[in-house]
Amino acid sequence: MFETRDIVRISLFAALIAAMGLFPRLDIPLAGGVPITLQTLGVMLAGALLGPWRGAVSVLLFLLLVAVGAPLLAGGRGGLGVFFGPTAGYLIGWIPGAYVTGWLMQKTWPGNLFLRAYAAALVGGVLVIHAVGFCYLAWKVGMSLRQAAVADFIFVPGDILKALACAYVASIAGGDRLTRLNVPKQPS
Amino acid sequence: MIAPYLTQKTWLHRVGAGHKLLALAVISLGFTQLYDGRGLLVATLAVLAFYLVTIFGHWSRLRLYAPLVPLLIGIGALQAYASGWELAIASIARLVAMILLADLVTATTPMLKMMDALAPVLRPLRRIGVDENQVSLAVALVIRFMPVLLNEWTKRGEAWRARTGRRPPLRLLAPFVADILRLADHVAEALDSRGFSTKRSKD
Repeated sequence: MFETRDIVRISLFAALIAAMGLFPRLDIPLAGGVPITLQTLGVMLAGALLGPWRGAVSVLLFLLLVAVGAPLLAGGRGGLGVFFGPTAGYLIGWIPGAYVTGWLMQKTWPGNLFLRAYAAALVGGVLVIHAVGFCYLAWKVGMSLRQAAVADFIFVPGDILKALACAYVASIAGGDRLTRLNVPKQPS
Repeated sequence: MIAPYLTQKTWLHRVGAGHKLLALAVISLGFTQLYDGRGLLVATLAVLAFYLVTIFGHWSRLRLYAPLVPLLIGIGALQAYASGWELAIASIARLVAMILLADLVTATTPMLKMMDALAPVLRPLRRIGVDENQVSLAVALVIRFMPVLLNEWTKRGEAWRARTGRRPPLRLLAPFVADILRLADHVAEALDSRGFSTKRSKD
């Protein structure tokens, strides 16, 4: 199903998501020094640069490693306990999140690569992940959807910034003449 | 960083990974069927006691739960406000019990045993074209890539700091991602040239 190159890239992005939980904090303008985990940025990038299937498989591989006990989530968390917690939906949501980001990236829309990547990351990386996340939260602890959405909303601005960062990185790294990335060739 | 796996052996280490996972699944199903508030509280306290007895002496492990506490308090407060104390306590108790039990499985099962327990689940995937060899290659690559990526990023960050005196900005991430993609392609070429072909392994 996958060629060697695909497998290596899938592993690379799973490792990138893992490494982003450990990176010393980056300076993100506008964030005002609020420490935010960059792992969702890795998820968005996996979708945007690898495409829907490979991006989703990459996230799945990362979550598989977390589930079997690797302490790869931000703050050194890991293990099965994470998937029984109230916020497990945000992790599960990474899989469709990466998929939708990659899928939207492939659609040809007017506008440059940056805007397209930004739109894709906003819908896939923010909307989808948060939707799955707060629905799961509501179901798991028996809140109403509205309550869960309110609690969820605090984390939306940070993720919008991450979508911006994803668009920036994808538009530059994807504009490089790398073979068979998800990004269609740009007339230069 | 506290590793989820507990290196000192407890009696739970000797139980097979498959059995522990099965027990976890059954108990978690039981907890979702338990609605009586008092029963739930007793069950949760029993789980808590069981947990503390099993990890006895390794109290540093409890620090792993620190980030969870404000979250649980927040959820509890929101629920108490909306639907009353009893429901709030019940849902928090359910969460705590399940997290503790799942964590016990992770604490007492080494990663390789866990992967072995997964093998029978992965085998049927062969029919849709997923080879176990590919999965194990991918897992090995992730573990190998992690320190490489961290090293590479630290190198760039230090170079930036030496020249500007400031923390590395997000701007550094773009060439970093482009470079590691190139690195991945080199690795793929190296694997292929040494005979690891995914096409050949199919027949």
